[in-house]
Amino acid sequence: MLTSPEAVAAILGMAIVTMAVKMSGFLLADRLPRDGFAAAWLRHIPGAVLAALVAPAVVTGSIAEAVAAAATGVVFLLSKNLFAAMAAGVATVYVVRLLIAG
Amino acid sequence: MTEIAANPDSRTDQFLAGVRACLPVAISIAAYGLVWGVLARGAGLSVLEVMMMSALVFAGSAQFVALDLWTATPAALPIGALVLAALIINLRYLLLTATLRPLYSDKSRVRGALSMYLVTDENWAMTVAAMSRGQGSAAFLMGGGVLAWLAWMCTNLIGYGLGSAIDDPTRWGLDFAFTATFLALLLGMWKGRSDLIPWLVAALAAIVTSRLIDGSWHILVGGIVGSLVGAFLETRKHAHKS
Repeated sequence: MLTSPEAVAAILGMAIVTMAVKMSGFLLADRLPRDGFAAAWLRHIPGAVLAALVAPAVVTGSIAEAVAAAATGVVFLLSKNLFAAMAAGVATVYVVRLLIAG
Repeated sequence: MTEIAANPDSRTDQFLAGVRACLPVAISIAAYGLVWGVLARGAGLSVLEVMMMSALVFAGSAQFVALDLWTATPAALPIGALVLAALIINLRYLLLTATLRPLYSDKSRVRGALSMYLVTDENWAMTVAAMSRGQGSAAFLMGGGVLAWLAWMCTNLIGYGLGSAIDDPTRWGLDFAFTATFLALLLGMWKGRSDLIPWLVAALAAIVTSRLIDGSWHILVGGIVGSLVGAFLETRKHAHKS
């Protein structure tokens, strides 16, 4: 089975709405004012979105993610190296989970 | 913009700088791409469907949710639910691509809008971080986007080929690669104590939302609430000063 008309329709539909959202954000930004509340809001979006992405994955109820997040933070603040911080986080979460399981 | 256009080398340099900046996050994309490929095979997608979805939809979290909804029998495929889920999960891109508008001149607005196709969480974050340092450009964004696209597509296909060898990413701690990367990116964005309250509000709102609602609504809710609090605090501070 290569594919089906239903699958092609679903995939194209998903692709179209995804692209529409991405283009709308870009084009709507044009109509937003450059200063004042809306501009301050736009400036605060990146940090807030990242914090919202990270927080639920860190506060899982397991100590492994909390310890790994601390390790990631410390390594990043010391090294300013994203990859080192990522590797430290992954290694820490792996080891702590082994310790908990063991 | 005109300087960059007049000098093709600097545009190439910017593109390559974007590729380099996204190399660390491309590793986490690759890890998830492998897992998605493996799961896609289990969900009953054909290799052609895997390629079409990754090439055209190109949105990790939406594609993971799609696998939950997918059925191997075409007649039973919930097309409406798949499209709606992709729309809801990707709504947050409204916030992301809006911040990229300054990278394009008014003349290249159409090209800019089409370029948003290559925007992912990862190259967006890298580009916004570069912009906050007074760097970043459309070519930088595209460099990261092309790398992310290639990493996602290649690893999806490798994962599909591997079958069920890597069934559980949590076993290797790789599920934490995204979190660790985004956390480090967040710390790099720290500009001062005025960031603390918006970030904490965003984090709390996201945690509460993720406990109440399935899916990736917590990103949208936390991002909106946190940034609104930040804007409120900032404009109130300025009003007091003047």
